[in-house]
Amino acid sequence: MNLADNDFALFQLPLQFSLDQSSLERARHALQLRCHPDRFVGQGEAAQRLAMQWSVRINEAYARLRSPLSRAVYLCQLAGHDPQQTGSAALPHELLMQHMQWREQLDAAQGQAQALQALRNEVQSDQQRRWHEVAQALDGQPPQAQRAAEQVRALMFVEKLMAEISQQQEATA
Amino acid sequence: MLLQISEPGQSPDPHQRRVAVGIDLGTTHSLVAAVRHGVAECLPDAQGRMLLPSAVRATAQGRVVGHDALAAQVQAVGEVVTSFKRLMGRGLADVPQPERLPYRLLAGQGMVSVETDHGVFSPVQLSAEVLAVLRQRAEDTFDSALYGAVITVPAYFDDAQRQATKDAAQLAGINVLRLINEPTAAAIAYGLDEGSEGLYVIFDLGGGTFDVSVLRLQRGLFEVLATAGNTQLGGDDYDMALLDWLISQHQLGASTWDAAQRSAWMRQARRCKEALSEAQPHATMLTPSGEALGQVTLNEFAQVTAALTQATLQSVRQALKDAQVSPQDINGVVMVGGSTRMPSVRQAVAQLFGTEPLTNLNPDEVVALGAARQAHQLAGYAGDDNVLLLDVTPLTLGLETMGGVVEPIVPRNSTLPIAKAQEFTTFQDGQTALALHVVQGERDMASDCRSLARFELRGIPPMAAGAARIRVTFTVDADGLLQVEALEQTSGTVARVEVKPSYGLSDDELARMLQDGFNQAQHDKQARALAQAQVDAKRLVQATHSALAQDGALLPEAQRHALHQLANDLAAQAESATDAEALEQAVKQLNHATEDFAAQRMNQTIGQALSGQHVESIK
Repeated sequence: MNLADNDFALFQLPLQFSLDQSSLERARHALQLRCHPDRFVGQGEAAQRLAMQWSVRINEAYARLRSPLSRAVYLCQLAGHDPQQTGSAALPHELLMQHMQWREQLDAAQGQAQALQALRNEVQSDQQRRWHEVAQALDGQPPQAQRAAEQVRALMFVEKLMAEISQQQEATA
Repeated sequence: MLLQISEPGQSPDPHQRRVAVGIDLGTTHSLVAAVRHGVAECLPDAQGRMLLPSAVRATAQGRVVGHDALAAQVQAVGEVVTSFKRLMGRGLADVPQPERLPYRLLAGQGMVSVETDHGVFSPVQLSAEVLAVLRQRAEDTFDSALYGAVITVPAYFDDAQRQATKDAAQLAGINVLRLINEPTAAAIAYGLDEGSEGLYVIFDLGGGTFDVSVLRLQRGLFEVLATAGNTQLGGDDYDMALLDWLISQHQLGASTWDAAQRSAWMRQARRCKEALSEAQPHATMLTPSGEALGQVTLNEFAQVTAALTQATLQSVRQALKDAQVSPQDINGVVMVGGSTRMPSVRQAVAQLFGTEPLTNLNPDEVVALGAARQAHQLAGYAGDDNVLLLDVTPLTLGLETMGGVVEPIVPRNSTLPIAKAQEFTTFQDGQTALALHVVQGERDMASDCRSLARFELRGIPPMAAGAARIRVTFTVDADGLLQVEALEQTSGTVARVEVKPSYGLSDDELARMLQDGFNQAQHDKQARALAQAQVDAKRLVQATHSALAQDGALLPEAQRHALHQLANDLAAQAESATDAEALEQAVKQLNHATEDFAAQRMNQTIGQALSGQHVESIK
């Protein structure tokens, strides 16, 4: 076990997208109990520094695995297909058009609760379909990281749009 | 470097007594508490008083702290300073209504300072005076030097305020084991860290401030979901509301009172309120000369102060809204602060949440008691070893970029400790320096956020615009304190970082204050430093031996032998040492020599932590 291990190895979890949240919680807790700086009070600056490095590493890995989007991005990266590195050209034309259409709809729906909800439902079902594909691509045999990376990239846009829809809905409510 | 890894439930050093205390450094008063015979309790002064007023009087002869300082407030205006917690890590422009304060503020560089008739003081120095008195109280109680303290800060304190608190402790000669949030401490005092999961509200109504926090507890993780409050609302306002009502009821002719008379009347109003808080249906209001003015019923008191109680509930609703929870989701409400003794306040809170708040601990002492429990655990005493306090960052940390827009680096509510890196580049050919402005807050524009520090990275090798890659790393430790490092990646040059804390003390200023040796003679300081170095050295020796006994097999024979020898040498040196600095140097050397060994042991521990856990989950 060392600091450079990947997040899954660190928590001794299988290298896959589907995740048992409670195993992740338990592993994080067990590791932090052993290496948090609070466990090394009074043992010198150097010991504190080492504990700090481990504790930071565990928090970083935990935060990354807990969120499905960052977990999916990370799995793609480990397989050599970084969704964040792909140029915008890689975004399929069909998705770009769809996205522009949704943005227009969002602008037009400002202040209208019903229209906002309708748009939300539509985007949400697209989101769910893509998540299903991501899970299949990453956890299938063999895993298809490139296919997953395309969907993850699309999901990054969709998530942002969903956040804006929520914001509008809150402002309207 | 040394790592002492003890099994859960096992105290690393059972023979050595370590006095570890919790300190509540409050706006109006401060307390110190410790765990004795397994129970957390506050430590009284020689007169049996728990509360130390956070008041300092500067006289020509020196400084007076606490009750005597407070008692002189009226007769010696210009000498007595109170409420300086509000000034910690703050600039002059941050202080609301400075003209209402009974003392003068000086802008100075960065943090505001206080001008008295007998000198100018930083709020850090004033806080250090209070801390030094509490340290002395603890050392007298246990007849032993203080090992360390957990000090509490409000959950909303930003980096500058936390750093100022830690600086004050350093000035007072206190080793800070940890800074923890006040609501977190209150939750620990009630034992909510032991297995309670769920949402809790901490309702803290003090003498002059009101804070409410919504906490989420799960597996020893304390997450502050939201805080709200009013820095100008507290028990004093209740006294004032009662007095104002009595003035009109009895036509007291208050317009002719001078400051001394008014404060004498205020004291009587406070006594009347306190009598009513002891669940009496009515109390007698006395005049300053001790004659009965009339009866006040609980009901009348509740009515004349209803607007104040409503104002607290409004803050509670705001905090719940920010946390996106409703009153029914709350598993428990903890009452903190002396003013929560008022029955009308308790009733209002119970009504809002539909459940009786937790009040069985003394509300003045709750925060100090929780801090004491945490200190006890951090000092290595057996406690519930499945509990670990993980606080979160209260505010987003970011850097100002082009156009004054904030680039968030460490988001709000990140679990501590955390490190985040971001790459920057130069925008001019041959540029050798880069200015960075670190801010804290949730707003998009840097000018709307709190300025923490300005950094200048120098010594970047000249290259074409955009070619340099400067990696800036933000590290926030378990106390919520920020450190920034920068490295130019293409050349490997470590850029020199010049820190100018916006509202803090520079290292030089702190060193100078330490030199001034307030309330502490020079030889005393040297003796203390030597004693501390000896304790550190012995601890390191003992831990090295036990580490070698436990895991020596990880090392080749020769290396094992060398470490043994080094530890023995240090033990001998510690016995005969007369110079603190030389001994500290020797401690550093042994620390350095054991660095690889420690890293190997840590790796092994990490591996075992999870394999142990898997065995458990199979069982």
